[in-house]
Amino acid sequence: MEPFITHEGVVVALDRANVDTDQIIPKQFLKRIERTGFGQFLFFDWRFLPDGSLDPAFELNRPEAARATVLLARRNFGCGSSREHAPWALMDYGFRSVIAPTFADIFFNNCFQNGIVPVKLSEADVDELFRRAAAAAAEGGSYRIKVDLRECTVADDAGFSRSFSVDPFRRHCLLEGLDDIALSLRHADEITVWEVAHGLPPVSV
Amino acid sequence: MSLPRTLLDKIWDDHVVCTPAGELPILYIDRHLVHEVTSPQAFEGLRLTGRRVRRPEATFATPDHNVPTSDRRLPIADPVSKQQIDTLRANCREFGVRLFDIDDADQGIVHVIGPELGITQPGMTIVCGDSHTATHGALGALAFGIGTSEVEHVLATQTLRQGKPKSLEVRVNGRLAAGVTAKDLVLHVIGRLSTEGGTGYVIEYTGEAIRALGMAERMTVCNMSIEAGARAGMIAPDVTTFEYMRGKDYAPRDFDRAVAAWEKLPSDPGAVYDRVEIFSAADVVPQVTWGTNPAQVVGVDQRVPDPLAFSDPNERSSAARALDYMGLAGGTPIAEIAIDRVFIGSCTNSRIEDLRAAARVVQGHLVAPTVRAMVVPGSGRVKRQAEEEGLDRVFQEAGFDWREAGCSMCLGMNPDTLAPGERCASTSNRNFEGRQGKGGRTHLVSPAMAAAAAVSGHFVDIRAWEYR
Repeated sequence: MEPFITHEGVVVALDRANVDTDQIIPKQFLKRIERTGFGQFLFFDWRFLPDGSLDPAFELNRPEAARATVLLARRNFGCGSSREHAPWALMDYGFRSVIAPTFADIFFNNCFQNGIVPVKLSEADVDELFRRAAAAAAEGGSYRIKVDLRECTVADDAGFSRSFSVDPFRRHCLLEGLDDIALSLRHADEITVWEVAHGLPPVSV
Repeated sequence: MSLPRTLLDKIWDDHVVCTPAGELPILYIDRHLVHEVTSPQAFEGLRLTGRRVRRPEATFATPDHNVPTSDRRLPIADPVSKQQIDTLRANCREFGVRLFDIDDADQGIVHVIGPELGITQPGMTIVCGDSHTATHGALGALAFGIGTSEVEHVLATQTLRQGKPKSLEVRVNGRLAAGVTAKDLVLHVIGRLSTEGGTGYVIEYTGEAIRALGMAERMTVCNMSIEAGARAGMIAPDVTTFEYMRGKDYAPRDFDRAVAAWEKLPSDPGAVYDRVEIFSAADVVPQVTWGTNPAQVVGVDQRVPDPLAFSDPNERSSAARALDYMGLAGGTPIAEIAIDRVFIGSCTNSRIEDLRAAARVVQGHLVAPTVRAMVVPGSGRVKRQAEEEGLDRVFQEAGFDWREAGCSMCLGMNPDTLAPGERCASTSNRNFEGRQGKGGRTHLVSPAMAAAAAVSGHFVDIRAWEYR
C-alpha cells in the first residue's frame, strides 16, 4: 500500500449528507475483477448527464474543483454497501483524503486499506471549511488544505488548523504503508493455539 | 465472580486471539462467506503474494449478485457478469473453497443459504464482503460486512483486525399487531435511529416482540441493522433458534452438546449495554419508505412529509432532494402513490415464510394491469419448497413472474432493473438513488404490503386486506 504522510491539495465541497456507496460507484461498474480503473465511474450518475456529457452543476465538475484531491462532505459519508470499489474509485480519481463530521463504519475501514485518510471533524469545523471553500470559489479560486497524518492535523494557510483523532494502529500502518496481512501472519502461532484450544484440526502449513 | 456479560461480550471474548501491544485485536473468524463481486481482487492478492487460504473448510462461496434469474440453462448474456462468475469458479477451484455454483441445487443469496444450510451457527463470528452479513446475527452470531482487503486478510489468516464495537440494546416491548411484520418493525426502528444512529455499535434486539419472531423474521430484522449504520445486529439464541438449527446439513454432529453451549450465550441478567433504546411494538404500523434512504419512512396511513417540517438542516435538504428524485410532493397520502413494478425478493425478504405471506395476499387476485411484478426466491431450496406448496402457481396465476434465485432487482447488477422514472414497491433493503436501476424509484415495504400493492396498483394498508 502507498504510504500516506502528508498531503496538500484542492478541496471539493460536496454539500450532501448520507452519501452512500451506491452513489460513489454505481453497481453497474462493480463487475471488474481488478482494483484499478474505477475513477472514471466515480459518482457516475451525478457526474454525467443522460447524454453522457459532464453535468456542469455537479460539484466535482465545477472549475474550482479541477484536480481536487480532498473531498469535503457532510454526515454519514460512505453509508450502505461494503463495496471497497468506493475507495478504489476515489483513489483512482485522485482523492487522498475525505473530511466529514461522520463516516459509515465499513467505508471508514476500507479507506485505511487504500491509502486514503478519512478525517472526522466537528460539524462546526466542517461548516467552516464549507464556508472557506465557497468563499474561495466566489473569488474564482480553489481552496487548498493540508492533511498531516504525522501530526494528525488539518490546516489551510489562512489560519484554520484542527487536530483529528485516528486509531494509532491504522495510522502507523498508513504512515509506513504496511501490509497488514503480513503483520497478522506474524501471529500465526497464536492463531494456531486458538484453533487447537477450540478443537479445530490443525492447518497444514 | 465475573461481571455479567452481553451476548456480544461473550462472542467477542471467546474469539480474540491476541491483542499485540499498540495494535488492534486479532479476532478469529469462524465462517467466511464469499460471493463473486467483492472477492476477485482478494484472491488475486493471495496469488500476487503467494499466500493460501488458511482454512478452506471454513469458507463457502456462491454467485448471487450477478446471476440471471431467467432460464439458467442459457449462457449468461452479459460478458462482464459471466467473467466475474467464471473468476469465482476458478478461484474456488484453485484455493479449495466449497462453491455452491449457479447450477447447484443449493445456490442462492449468500445470506439465505448460510442459515438454511446450517453454515451459520450461534456463537460464531461470521464475515462476508457484503454489508447485509448482519443477517446471520439472527441466529445469535456476531456477523458483519467487510471490504475486499479484509476478505483477503480473512482468507489468508482466518482472522480480522478489529476494535471492539460498542453495544446497543434495541428493546421492543409488547407484540406486533396483525398485519404488522418484522420488516415494518425494523423500518420503524431505522426511522427513529436514523441511518447513522447505529454507527459504531452492534445492535442486540431484545424484548417480547423479538422473542415472538420466527427465524426468518429475525433475519429480516438483523439484515437491516446496517441501514441504521450498525455493522451487526444480533438476537440471543433460544428454543426457536435451536429448533431451526436441528437437522441442518452443516449442523454440529453432537447437537445436544452444541445446544448446551449455545444456551450459555444469551446476555447475563444485569449485563450492561453502552446504550439502550426502547420501542413499543404497539406503535408499529405497516411502513412505506418515501425517500432515498431507509430512514425516510412513514406508516402507510400517513402522508409524504413536507421537507420544511424537518428542523435539522441536513435532514431538510436530504428530504427535498429525495422528493425531487422520487417525483413526490410533500403532503401526498402514501396510499395514493401508484406503482409500476413490484419486486418480492432479496436477502431481507425472500425466504419461504416471506413468499407464503405474499402468496396469501395474492391468492384469488390479479396483478393490476398497470403493474409488472416478480418474485425471486432467495435460494434453490426456497424455490423448490415454494413449488411443492404450490406458491409458484398462486403467483403465476395472478400475473407475477416466477424467477430463479439471486439478488436480482435488489441492486440490479443482473438484467433485472427498473427503467428511469419507474416506481417500485420492493421488499429489499435499500431505496438509494439508482439502486434498482438508474432513475428508478424504490419504496421499501414488507412482502404482504408489496403483494397488496401489486394487486391494487398503489399502496394499501394490509391491515384492511380482503383475503380470498
